[in-house]
Amino acid sequence: MENNFILRVKGLNVELNNEKIIEDLSFEVKEGEVLTILGPNGAGKTVLFRTLIGLLPFQGKIEWEKGIKIGYVPQRIPLIKDIPLSVKEFFGLKGISQQETENILNAVGMGEKEILGKRIGDLSSGQFQRTLVAFGLISDPQVLLFDEPMTGIDIGGEETIYSLLGKLKKERNLTILLITHDLNIVYKFATNVLCLNRKSLCYGLPRETLTTDNLEQLYGEKVKLYFHTHD
Amino acid sequence: MTDQLLLSLTTGIFIGGVAGYLGTLMVIKRMSVAVDPLSHLVLPGIALALLFHFDVSLGALFSIVLGMILIWFLELKTKLSTETLIAVVFTLGVAFALLILPEAEIEEIFVGDISKINFLSTIISAILSIIIFLIIKRIYSKMILIEISEDLAKVEGINSKKLLFIYLLSVAIIVALGVKIVGGLLTASLIAIPAATAKNLSKNLSQYSFLGIFFGILFPFLGISFFKFFPFSAGILITLVGGFIFLISSFLKKEK
Repeated sequence: MENNFILRVKGLNVELNNEKIIEDLSFEVKEGEVLTILGPNGAGKTVLFRTLIGLLPFQGKIEWEKGIKIGYVPQRIPLIKDIPLSVKEFFGLKGISQQETENILNAVGMGEKEILGKRIGDLSSGQFQRTLVAFGLISDPQVLLFDEPMTGIDIGGEETIYSLLGKLKKERNLTILLITHDLNIVYKFATNVLCLNRKSLCYGLPRETLTTDNLEQLYGEKVKLYFHTHD
Repeated sequence: MTDQLLLSLTTGIFIGGVAGYLGTLMVIKRMSVAVDPLSHLVLPGIALALLFHFDVSLGALFSIVLGMILIWFLELKTKLSTETLIAVVFTLGVAFALLILPEAEIEEIFVGDISKINFLSTIISAILSIIIFLIIKRIYSKMILIEISEDLAKVEGINSKKLLFIYLLSVAIIVALGVKIVGGLLTASLIAIPAATAKNLSKNLSQYSFLGIFFGILFPFLGISFFKFFPFSAGILITLVGGFIFLISSFLKKEK
């Protein structure tokens, strides 16, 4: 694709059970960008991700760069804690060796040997979040789709999930698509922002795009105060 | 040891081991409940097999598949939920089975009659069990990943529909084979109880699947061995032994 575009979405429509979830959405992602997707609950953000990775039927155009490898970190995996599964076995599900597992856990700051034998259900929420990121990084994806990391969670070692993502982005030359509620993150981290509430309400550079008007339109009146504290 | 006992034990151990292994997937997939209605679909097939003197597992498999096709067809036609339709089809199946079957054979259709197992059916059961075991082993990790997150599985390029079909077919075959040992009402004792016991006692997946197989073999082994000394069917004894060991495992389970 010319101009290093990794993803081009044009006129995307997604309908589930006769309900329009996403309407006429268009955006582009260049190599190395961080696109944050902002929007209230039920805005269709997760549906957008699931559509992008081919899980849902859609109309319009989704064009990924040919042969691109996509890593996906889903928002929640509620059932996993109920399964007797060690960290090592979790990574084994993707058929990677113990050495690779150790390397990738190292990359997300979980290098301790004893982690491998720990049951997934016994991990702290910070460790669990790191584990999910590591899982998304298996087989060296060029793009990481990250659905709403637990904001503000202390994942240990005085690192937030965002500083970890920033580090990984540099080390691995990742392009990142990130769903979030947190405007702070958008300002600190994003190259582009897409405000989504079924339709695209705004799209562009965060500083220029996230005007009070646009945010009011996205979230309604209430968000104003919250927003101003970060302005 | 009599030849009959040897045949019964061999059949029980092979089918039980694979059923226990498959059960570990079912318990994780929260589908062990589905085993029950599914296994009840076998009843008319067993009745026909007893009536016309052919292998009960063959009859069972035939009627499960027929029942599933019927449910699928009705679902398309009526848009009623699968559970509702399973209830309808299953009840009809039981009524039909009771209708055509002489009263003397009613116990056999419900709890099985292990003394009827012959050499040929033992060999066939063992071979089928091994094949199913290998199939499950192949899809095991992928099924777990699908259970953890269908999205993650899809990103991995896993075709969950195809795997689910293979999995259901394996369940149908194992349930049909299990009918030989425990009849049409107690198949959950071969599939769900070993896995539930294993889950109580295991910390990771390899322990879990190993223990599932282990208890899957142990319960029929004990049940069939006791069968010599007690005037009950092996199906009942296997279920009681399994239930007892499961209870013990529940007390052993460590609180987190």
